[in-house]
Amino acid sequence: MSLALAPEDRPYLPRGVRLHDDRVRGSTVLLAPEKAVDLDQIGVAILTRVNGDATFAQIIADLAQTYNAPAQQIEEDVQRFLVGLRARLYLMVH
Amino acid sequence: MPTPPPIAMLAELTHRCPLSCPYCSNPLEMAAKEAELDTETWISVFRQAAEMGVLQLHLSGGEPASRRDLEELTRAAREAGLYTNLITSAIGLTPRRLDALEAAGLDHIQLSLQGTNAQLADKIGGYRGGFERKMQAAEDIAKRGIPLTLNAVMHRQNLDDLDRTIEMAVDLGARRLEVACVQFHGWATKNIAALLPTCEQTEAAKEKVAEASKRLRGVMAFDFVPPDYYADYPKSCMGGWGSAGLNVAPDGTVLPCHAAQTIPHLQFENVRDTALESIWYDSAAFNAYRGTDWLPEPCQSCDRKEIDFGGCRCQALALAGDAGATDPVCVKSPDHHRVVAMLGQADDESDLTYRVNA
Repeated sequence: MSLALAPEDRPYLPRGVRLHDDRVRGSTVLLAPEKAVDLDQIGVAILTRVNGDATFAQIIADLAQTYNAPAQQIEEDVQRFLVGLRARLYLMVH
Repeated sequence: MPTPPPIAMLAELTHRCPLSCPYCSNPLEMAAKEAELDTETWISVFRQAAEMGVLQLHLSGGEPASRRDLEELTRAAREAGLYTNLITSAIGLTPRRLDALEAAGLDHIQLSLQGTNAQLADKIGGYRGGFERKMQAAEDIAKRGIPLTLNAVMHRQNLDDLDRTIEMAVDLGARRLEVACVQFHGWATKNIAALLPTCEQTEAAKEKVAEASKRLRGVMAFDFVPPDYYADYPKSCMGGWGSAGLNVAPDGTVLPCHAAQTIPHLQFENVRDTALESIWYDSAAFNAYRGTDWLPEPCQSCDRKEIDFGGCRCQALALAGDAGATDPVCVKSPDHHRVVAMLGQADDESDLTYRVNA
């Protein structure tokens, strides 16, 4: 199945997946079943906007405005990142 | 290169278990109940681990539900900031205990599967009625929405059942299926002939997992641990000795991996006497095979040395007689013929030797 998010999809982190402030390493990690994913600034920027309410389109628009970048480029990057998480069941959509 | 902090800790809360699987990774000499760490000491270990940078805590055993304080330990681990994963056969996980574990903040359950039907599963687990109790518990876990991984331990006697195993995992609502072929440590070393898969089974399993992970993309994720005797290169044991994870045995002994006590010349320290941080960074055992400086040839000049770190130390000891040798699984190892010879030992008529509790 295609895991690409549609503009109206509202992504969320399911139970058992959460952001964690890793004070020892000075970074934010995504904790998932038996896995810790080290996030860069972009990953953090995306996932702090993933809350089950915001649509994929709204998240893109918000990031494009915040980082003053072309929405199309942002969409490609965010789509690739979220599809990767979805394939591992670290992300789901309403 | 400075030693990084550990990411994961396996807490073997107890060696006690109602099952007696013939491939149990517990050592042949198991700790008795009286030797186990008490609740307060475990909680102190969890706090120390979190402060050092451990993110993932695996509550394991034996069967961790054999500890009456499992709920209290889970709560304390979660409060310390750890991601809590329960590795269980689910025997003893009643609805009441599941409720209490949920309330304590348990993040995830990894449920072991010995077989896809009662006849096979109860034969492997050596516990009549175990399969039925496990299936009931799996339903109770799914009903609560607790994130679930099914860990199917695969070998010669159940690999042909892989399709059904995958179906079952989907039906049980698992988000992830670990197809874990038996690794020959602990009790499994007594059962190599009966458990070693055939080359055909190994190839078929690889193809089935590849096909199913494509077909079920977005429905269930897969992890595949192949039987490394058929591989060309060894697995990167623990991601490198003393680099990512540590293991605390029921009596508080701290190990770089669950089989490390088979290496007789290493002395392992105990959390009853020494701080976890000091054991991780400073102890002789954790530094014995850390990094790549200690690697022998052919590893030292091999371009894979940062990938597999010479493979598994316990396997090198078991098969080559030297824990400091290249893992004989590697085709470049001068001892590789010993692995090839092992493959010839497989035998469908061989009886199982079950683990015996302390």
